[in-house]
Amino acid sequence: MNRALSFHDLTLGYDRTPAVHRLDGEIAAGSLTAVVGPNGAGKSTLLKGVTGTLRPLGGRISYGPFTRRDVAYLPQQSDIDRSFPLTVADLVAMGLWRETGAFGRLRGAHRMRIAEAISAVGLTGFEARPIGSLSGGQMQRVLFARLLLQDAQLVLLDEPFSAIDARTMADLIGVVHRWHGEGRTVLAVSHDLDTVRAHFPQTLMLARELVAHGPTAQVLTAENRFRARQMCEACADPLHTCGRRAA
Amino acid sequence: MIWEAIGQPFADFGFMRRALLGCIAVSVGATPVGVFLMLRRMSLTGDAMACAILPGAAVGYLVAGLSLGAMTVGGLIAGMAVALLAGFVSRVTALREDASLAAFYLISLAVGVLIVSVRGSNVDLMHVLFGTVLALDDDTLVLLCSIASLSALTLAVLFRPLVLECADPQFLRSVSGLSAATHFTFLALVVLNLVGGFHALGTLMAVGIMILPAAAARFWAASIGALISVAIAVAVLSSVSGLLLSYHFSLPSGPAIILMAGAAYGMSLVLGPVGGLAVRASA
Repeated sequence: MNRALSFHDLTLGYDRTPAVHRLDGEIAAGSLTAVVGPNGAGKSTLLKGVTGTLRPLGGRISYGPFTRRDVAYLPQQSDIDRSFPLTVADLVAMGLWRETGAFGRLRGAHRMRIAEAISAVGLTGFEARPIGSLSGGQMQRVLFARLLLQDAQLVLLDEPFSAIDARTMADLIGVVHRWHGEGRTVLAVSHDLDTVRAHFPQTLMLARELVAHGPTAQVLTAENRFRARQMCEACADPLHTCGRRAA
Repeated sequence: MIWEAIGQPFADFGFMRRALLGCIAVSVGATPVGVFLMLRRMSLTGDAMACAILPGAAVGYLVAGLSLGAMTVGGLIAGMAVALLAGFVSRVTALREDASLAAFYLISLAVGVLIVSVRGSNVDLMHVLFGTVLALDDDTLVLLCSIASLSALTLAVLFRPLVLECADPQFLRSVSGLSAATHFTFLALVVLNLVGGFHALGTLMAVGIMILPAAAARFWAASIGALISVAIAVAVLSSVSGLLLSYHFSLPSGPAIILMAGAAYGMSLVLGPVGGLAVRASA
């Protein structure tokens, strides 16, 4: 099995408080994996660790055949300033950063790819609209178009389908499947288990520690979900020293 | 009649022409920086930095008297020190950047006022606080024009990272290591322009030509390029009208220029087509 990512005894957290504790596991290259778990299970923290913005408190992540530069990341709450005077095309074009860099020119081929990406998320005709005028679902489409242009081998999505309408969700899941078909590795946090069952072949269940990892049907059992909830409630107790030994 | 009111003062008096050139340089340099300050919701940071450069200028004055070079270098050092310290503290502690900036600029301002009032006269203090746009010598003009050119060039080179750093800093950090460098280069531009501006308009008024035209432009333009163009135009017009106002009515010129910029802001607020009061009311 080609590995895209391996977690080795990985502990991630903030201010020395672990949010992900002693995680071991591997994400196969080209796999489409959902990360599930109760609130506070460390799902988003895990993605931040993979992007490299959060340094591990312990253990490490190894990156298979590629580097952190091949990673594209869609945060759950992007801190995009929606009042900033940018158009849809401007924002999508930023996905080309790795090719144009800070100072490179946008060439004709780039402009065509920008138009293609915007059309792939169903926003043709919105190119010149200011981002401040978009609905939540439209904004999510714009961010997916930017991800498309990033052309990343490993795509990390944090709750990409929360708070958007059903049609947008169907279109964006289409984009995720397109990535999967192109052999890219996709890791998506989701709390919607129906979506996970329908669209994600692999699932990693997290409750600060690993609960289960494997084919979705084997992971999303009632027993695992119960166990995950119990582990998280135990960890929420401030006196509980989460895990087998202190971090 | 119109010529006498508007053209004659500049045609007759060299100091008016020099003041005009100085103000145009400050408009071209400082105003685009002000547009980015506004877009980053850092409008008040300009104020803080203006106060922060005071002790540096004062120490320069203490060492070398009313010397252009010493006061400029002193101001730059003090401004950058406060900007870097504030940035550093906010990155390594829990204190946010605005709070740490406020702390450092207040300390800096107190030190500055103390130095000026212990060692200088009230006239000197007024000079530093309110500038001397009607008495710009050659060296000062060269300095103002150099700062404007440097600032415009740097902004042009830095444009894309800066826009991204303002609009989506998380994304910039994920694709590039330029985030911190962009932020600090931008703060350096703020300091540089304020130091230039304080020779013309004084530390307190220099922020006005940076921020007021930018705020006025927000009511006329919706794209970044247009915002910068409108802001520069407003700044230049305020400079001309402010200088004339001060000439005809014997008013101090720095505050007159800033007041005209303030009037432009007030008019834009009411009449501006992009979210102005009149448009809102009729909608």
